[in-house]
Amino acid sequence: MAQMTMIQAITDALRCELKEDENVLVFGEDVGVNGGVFRATEGLQKEFGVDRVFDTPLAESGIGGLAIGLSLQGFRPVPEIQFFGFVYEVMDSISGQMARMKYRTGGAFNAPVTIRSPFGGGVHTPEMHSDSLEGLVASQPGLKVVIPCTPYDAKGLLISSIRDNDPVIFLEHLKLYRSFREEVPEESYTIPLGKADVKREGTDLSIFAYGAMVHESLKAAEELEKEGHSVEVVDLRTVQPLDIETIIASVEKTNRAIVVQEAQKQAGIAANVVTEITERAILSLEAPVLRVTAPDTIYSYPQAEAVWLPNYKDVMATAKKVLTF
Amino acid sequence: MASNNNIFDPVKNLKEIEEKFEMVQILNENGEIVNSDLDPQLSDEELVELMSRMVFTRILDQRSISLNRQGRLGFYAPTAGQEASQIASHFALEKEDFILPGYRDVPQIIWHGLPLSKAFLWSRGHFVGGQIPEGVNVFPPQIIIGAQYVQAAGVALGMQKRGKKAVAVTYTGDGGSSQGDFYEGINFAGAYKSPAIFIVQNNQFAISTPRESQTSATTIAQKGIAAGIPSIQVDGMDPLAVYVATRDARKRAVAGEGPSVIETVCYRYGPHTMAGDDPTRYRTTDTDTEWEKKDPVVRFRKYLEAKGLWNESKEAEVIEQAKEDIKAAIKEADGVEKQKVTDLISIMHTDELPYNLKEQYEIYKEKESK
Repeated sequence: MAQMTMIQAITDALRCELKEDENVLVFGEDVGVNGGVFRATEGLQKEFGVDRVFDTPLAESGIGGLAIGLSLQGFRPVPEIQFFGFVYEVMDSISGQMARMKYRTGGAFNAPVTIRSPFGGGVHTPEMHSDSLEGLVASQPGLKVVIPCTPYDAKGLLISSIRDNDPVIFLEHLKLYRSFREEVPEESYTIPLGKADVKREGTDLSIFAYGAMVHESLKAAEELEKEGHSVEVVDLRTVQPLDIETIIASVEKTNRAIVVQEAQKQAGIAANVVTEITERAILSLEAPVLRVTAPDTIYSYPQAEAVWLPNYKDVMATAKKVLTF
Repeated sequence: MASNNNIFDPVKNLKEIEEKFEMVQILNENGEIVNSDLDPQLSDEELVELMSRMVFTRILDQRSISLNRQGRLGFYAPTAGQEASQIASHFALEKEDFILPGYRDVPQIIWHGLPLSKAFLWSRGHFVGGQIPEGVNVFPPQIIIGAQYVQAAGVALGMQKRGKKAVAVTYTGDGGSSQGDFYEGINFAGAYKSPAIFIVQNNQFAISTPRESQTSATTIAQKGIAAGIPSIQVDGMDPLAVYVATRDARKRAVAGEGPSVIETVCYRYGPHTMAGDDPTRYRTTDTDTEWEKKDPVVRFRKYLEAKGLWNESKEAEVIEQAKEDIKAAIKEADGVEKQKVTDLISIMHTDELPYNLKEQYEIYKEKESK
């Protein structure tokens, strides 16, 4: 075991997989000798060589095409998109191409690609760096979308993502890269995709969250406990497909739920969670399922992040509405 | 101002560059060798095989149009006029080479090993059409114009990493050369010096938009300069010129010298696709007639007849064979089971189905059992 930040856990997962499977290739803009703009691939080129870990020209669409082509030659590509706001440049390669690879060839070919990309607010990045665009990719059949919120989860989920034989979008929240350390096993381990994790048990209300919002929800749960409310916090971990079993079991226990996301209300995946709950557990509900989200504007100017991004206070306020409905 | 300066004259620079991209021709419209230095010296058997494939493909086009009109085929992008460009470029490839075709490039993947019945199923819209047999190194036709180019750069890099002596070959049209993925594809392959051949079939029109409206560049071949890779413009109605350009690009690629761009100047006699396009709206009969004189099948026939390698009965034999094969393939396609939703769900993922699809599979299985 070692104390690791999330970014170290990610590097460690990449190292494990580069070692484990010679078909694993890591590439993107500045991921080689530079070790990535956030040091996520630090030391990997030195250890595994320029053949396995390499830089690309500055073109996201080309990176996506490269990943698809390398898949067709039996490789297991792990490309990086420097910031997920740049995903628009590569939407065709992701949604129009690799997501459909298996289907359009009737199973003849597959694309075992894991796209790593940072996103998320709270660190005053320039425009188009922090946008939460997981909702875009979550709506594309053929993709799985994974968003870890702890170093331990990040390592196990990334190894699972890389081993998955179909495309996975692995989104890394910028604010969580180095915000805390956690014990992470040094050896390889996996966490199944599509499995949520109950980060805190409770009986009065279920909070479903992912990414940085898990920590805001945990903070809110602590505060709410002081006021006598027992709150369960479920980290979705994979936002597509959802872990319906865990979600519904929690709602059936607490009978009240909210969904917390950093994305705007019209974006993200919160609406999907609400719909699944109403379709499957409406008779367990004692109150409507409410959402905590950002407002439906373009992502905030850096200086307005503090008033724009949802935080634990918003979670508390919405939780109380549901608790007192 | 600058153009008056002897030292720096960008207008002159451009002209000089463009003059370097003169169209290469080996066989003229009368079937005469006009550039014997470049004659590939194909054996008699090879010449006859190439001609047979071109004739077969012309028949395939005629039959496909007619089957489409009868409702027995679906999506179809006519190929008549492009036989030299498509078939002679393919003729320069080896089995290990990987083809990433555009939607008009079905003939190349058929000659590379895709069964004709699957090509017809692809046209109709059946998943079995996309099930490429193992060992046949092709991808299904790409609908997103340009996507095949960035993917080819990836396939080529993969081959390089595997140490294969093979190339990735991809095709687009003149309109496709305006796409971002076109530039990214050739530029990535150039940056990695990977074994790719990028063929641009300049058939003069992107649906109704003439080639001149795509770019001010006088050739599409010169776009290779932007990637710093060798490029050439050839007479795309001349099978020998197309063959030589592709063969040479392949040689350079497998020798580790990187990718190439080949522009084939050709013409499609038919509409853009069979989905209601009417070329008389944007093309004159004069232009059609002018290009008909350049017909690749006609000029190659003349060439081979003069060499005593081809005659009417040989051609009739190929035509007969093509018609029989097409008939058999359509029959085979007719016999393929209809698609069910459960089939479509089953081909979504390699690993275990996610919960939503598991649920939906059961729902549709129930529905299908009634």
